Amino acid sequence: MIAHTGLIFGRWTRASYRQPALIAFTLVQPAIWLLLFGQLFQGVVDIPGFGDSSYIAFLTPGIVMMTALMTSGWSGTSFVQDMERGVMDRMLASPVSRGGLMAGQLLSNATTTLIQTILVFAIGIAAGARYDGGSIGYLVTVVASMLVGTAFGSLSNAVALLTRQQEALIGISQFVSLPLTFMSSIMIDPAVAPHWVNVAARYNPVDWATIAARQALAADPDWSSVSRHCLYLLAFTLIVGWLSTRAFRTYQRSV
Amino acid sequence: MATHAVEAVDLVKTYPAGRKNPPLRALDGLTVSVGEGVVLGLLGPNGAGKSTTVKILTTLSRADSGSALVAGYDVNRAPDQVRRSIGYVPQKSSSDPMATGLENLVLSGRIFGLSRQESLQRARELLERFGLGEHGSRPVKTYSGGMQRKLDVALGLVHRPKVLFLDEPTTGLDPEARADLWNEVVRMSGQEGLTVLLTTHYLEEADRLAGQLAIVDHGRIVAEGTPEALKASLRGDSVHVELVDPDIDGSVRVLLGQLAGIDEIVVEGNTLRARVDRGATAVPAVLGALEDMAIPVVAVTVSRPSLDDVYLQHTGRSFRVAEEAA
Ligand SMILES: Nc1ncnc2c1ncn2[C@@H]1O[C@H](COP(=O)(O)OP(=O)(O)OP(=O)(O)O)[C@@H](O)[C@H]1O
Ligand SMILES: [Mg+2]
Repeated sequence: MIAHTGLIFGRWTRASYRQPALIAFTLVQPAIWLLLFGQLFQGVVDIPGFGDSSYIAFLTPGIVMMTALMTSGWSGTSFVQDMERGVMDRMLASPVSRGGLMAGQLLSNATTTLIQTILVFAIGIAAGARYDGGSIGYLVTVVASMLVGTAFGSLSNAVALLTRQQEALIGISQFVSLPLTFMSSIMIDPAVAPHWVNVAARYNPVDWATIAARQALAADPDWSSVSRHCLYLLAFTLIVGWLSTRAFRTYQRSV
Repeated sequence: MATHAVEAVDLVKTYPAGRKNPPLRALDGLTVSVGEGVVLGLLGPNGAGKSTTVKILTTLSRADSGSALVAGYDVNRAPDQVRRSIGYVPQKSSSDPMATGLENLVLSGRIFGLSRQESLQRARELLERFGLGEHGSRPVKTYSGGMQRKLDVALGLVHRPKVLFLDEPTTGLDPEARADLWNEVVRMSGQEGLTVLLTTHYLEEADRLAGQLAIVDHGRIVAEGTPEALKASLRGDSVHVELVDPDIDGSVRVLLGQLAGIDEIVVEGNTLRARVDRGATAVPAVLGALEDMAIPVVAVTVSRPSLDDVYLQHTGRSFRVAEEAA
């Protein structure tokens, strides 16, 4: 499986660097979100009870996770293209490891997330965000964002295998990612958010990642909260990763 | 080792009902076998169940019931061994358009466990063999349809399979490229002992390429044998009469039915076909009868039985009509 993961990863990575327009888009989009939302919600900082002094410092880890979520929603489109051609069928009739077929694509997707995360931080810091946490804080953020990317990337791939339609896939992924973005602490401090949002956020994997990242980047991190949220996120990623690999079987039953 | 490279017995496959469609029985007890080193042509109109058969034999899909051995392995119990022994060229183009021809082939080779060096060497060899030598480093999306199809076939061969499944390999190829591919398939089965199961719409292709032929209709094999044997099994000659006006009320049919030594009359629009004991004596009789009734005729031809006649005999409709109906 590991050898096959490497081969499949290579395939998708080569494909993505041959699409410069797509690369540009995946990089410009998070930059715009960060600057736009940074401007839009500037006033939030003045609301009493808002902990962070700098909103851009608060927002940056949130935008990182939001970007990981949104970009990964598209992950399954490459599977749909493979199904529209005979590539998926040829692969599935070959001895390729199903796990490798999934993991290789997700790894390539996670690499995109990694690059986006670095870029968002570079812009955030250029715009004045400062973090007291050390390199561990950044490491936790990067890992958490890659887990978000992988978890939602594998969900997107599973939906692709089940629906086999580009339109259905994009519809479902947008339907899911907007509430996940807004029912979280990505943009708004839980202290000023309505109670029900905070309740919903407790079950939101994107929020787990956001909390873990903010904590880890803080001056005096609550490591138990960081590790608890990272563990939840890891468990969630493994479960959906496993489930999505099972979706190959469902696809094969329908061809 | 089994003497048959492919042995499928009583395959049944029903696709579940969709929103608008009732459940569909794509295979209805299909039984077929292919000897080692043989090229078997699966001939049938659209929707006959050819691709479904191939998908089951390549482990892509699963039959509801029935059993199949490919290269001696059971497709349900040992799918991985089957996958290692076969090459599969799907009906749809199966190359990655974003990758180059060479990258496609190398990736496929490595998935089958070839080393980087071996894969590269094999990929170059196949590109050369399929006339794609100069295009190996171009992305596949810049290839013409015919070039892509050749690459598809090459992709099925990288790992030197024992059994090759070709689902309509020559659709979209120009006559020259089609002939090249036929030669290549014949060569591989002859010299390398490769077993080939190919599906096709083309009677000519089936006739030229396949050592064995199986005619599929409505999910079953309705006739099989060598093309020669199938044709020889039809006695007499076949007569085609092309009328000026279609035989709407069936009167022409009745008229000719009364003649001696002529039967199996089938009317399709303007054309009328029949089997006759001896072409040489039947033609004057047919023409005479039509002339007596003042029925205008465009042409009358007599021929030895063709595969189309075989098809007609076993399915009750001509291949062309079956294709149009599907
Ligand atoms: N994935 C599927 N879901 C539902 N029905 C299917 C599916 N694949 C095939 N069918 C149906 O099963 C029947 C047999 O299809 P199959 O693809 O095997 O035909 P075929 O002989 O390959 O035809 P063609 O020459 O058009 O390729 C058809 O009626 C088709 O509509
Ligand atoms: Mg088909």
